[in-house]
Amino acid sequence: MKNKKPNTLFNMVSTLLIISSIAGMGLSGLYNITKEPIAKVQQKKIQMLLENVLPPFDRVEKKAFIPYDNLTDSILAFFAYDSQNNLLGIAAITYSLNGFSGLVKIMVGFLPDLTIRKTEVLKHSETPGLGDKMETGKSDFPVQFIDKHPETFQLRVKKDGGDVDAITAATITSRAFCDAIDRAYKTLIQHYSPK
Amino acid sequence: MNQLQNFTKGLIKENPVFILLLGLCPALGVTTSAFNGFGMGIATTFVLLMSNLIISLLKNFIPSSVRIPSFIVVIASFVTAVDLIMAAYAPDLHSQLGLFIPLIVVNCVVLARAEAFASKKEVFSSIIDGLGIGVGFTFALTLLGAVREILGSGSLLGIQFLPQGTDGIIVFILAPGAFIGLGYLIVLMNLFKKN
Repeated sequence: MKNKKPNTLFNMVSTLLIISSIAGMGLSGLYNITKEPIAKVQQKKIQMLLENVLPPFDRVEKKAFIPYDNLTDSILAFFAYDSQNNLLGIAAITYSLNGFSGLVKIMVGFLPDLTIRKTEVLKHSETPGLGDKMETGKSDFPVQFIDKHPETFQLRVKKDGGDVDAITAATITSRAFCDAIDRAYKTLIQHYSPK
Repeated sequence: MNQLQNFTKGLIKENPVFILLLGLCPALGVTTSAFNGFGMGIATTFVLLMSNLIISLLKNFIPSSVRIPSFIVVIASFVTAVDLIMAAYAPDLHSQLGLFIPLIVVNCVVLARAEAFASKKEVFSSIIDGLGIGVGFTFALTLLGAVREILGSGSLLGIQFLPQGTDGIIVFILAPGAFIGLGYLIVLMNLFKKN
């Protein structure tokens, strides 16, 4: 390969410096342009999820709570109000680290008295065809939580002495799902008394 | 080699995935559906095109001993740009492809074309080469994605043709199925190329 630029130290350093500087400047410019659209996309995603698990609301107040068992990542709670400032429900983004393949992230919608209204799986790496049956529409598993209250509906699989029917051949995933909702409930009651 | 041959070689004769066996990591990782394969192919084609163009323009400016770091900075800049633009304007595709977008930087196809072609040939040939290889890569990923989607999920481009609730051959959505599918496609492509 015939190259017209000799490999002197000055050439090497200056070339890398120039290329990196131009790349850095170009990318920071692009970052600034896309910063707003990206934030809007994130907001829209959260809004859609909240509207899915909560009754119709006018505004939300976001609060972050340290999980009751002191895990590192916070539980995000969204308190939903109507236009007269009545609390309509609470949505919590919660998680469990005990999935078959690690992190399972769920959004749970509670009514003001902390009855479970709806669940939505946000993120997981569970096995397709087995653990992923916890997703809405793939099986009846998440339906059994609707209208149940954690005080009377024990959030453990039947095998562990609770009230939850696990997904066939996906006990670990089912346990993680329960663990996540349980974490949300136990964390919320530390900061909020159900009405 | 005229420009038409330059362009079409990427499709069959020098198809990066089936013949050159490059870029197999994203080929196996994101092709759970035809659409994901197609999206990744388009993103990679864009990066290929832009990096071939810039590197060909700079080929006499970069001393040969720092050419690899220089290429990587150029490639990484365009990949970051693709990542930001996708996150802002195509969020659904972005969340499907996830971690694999930054991995385009180390996609062997891109660096190989830069080193073997763009750094030695003129700008126009490099652009055509980038386009042709990119189209071939997109074709390979879309094909593998389609095969895995049809066999594994019983759908194509999101349109289900298996009754709701029945599973396809699940292994094809998982890693082993990717290898199996790719293996057979390589055999078919090599047979096709011979004829």
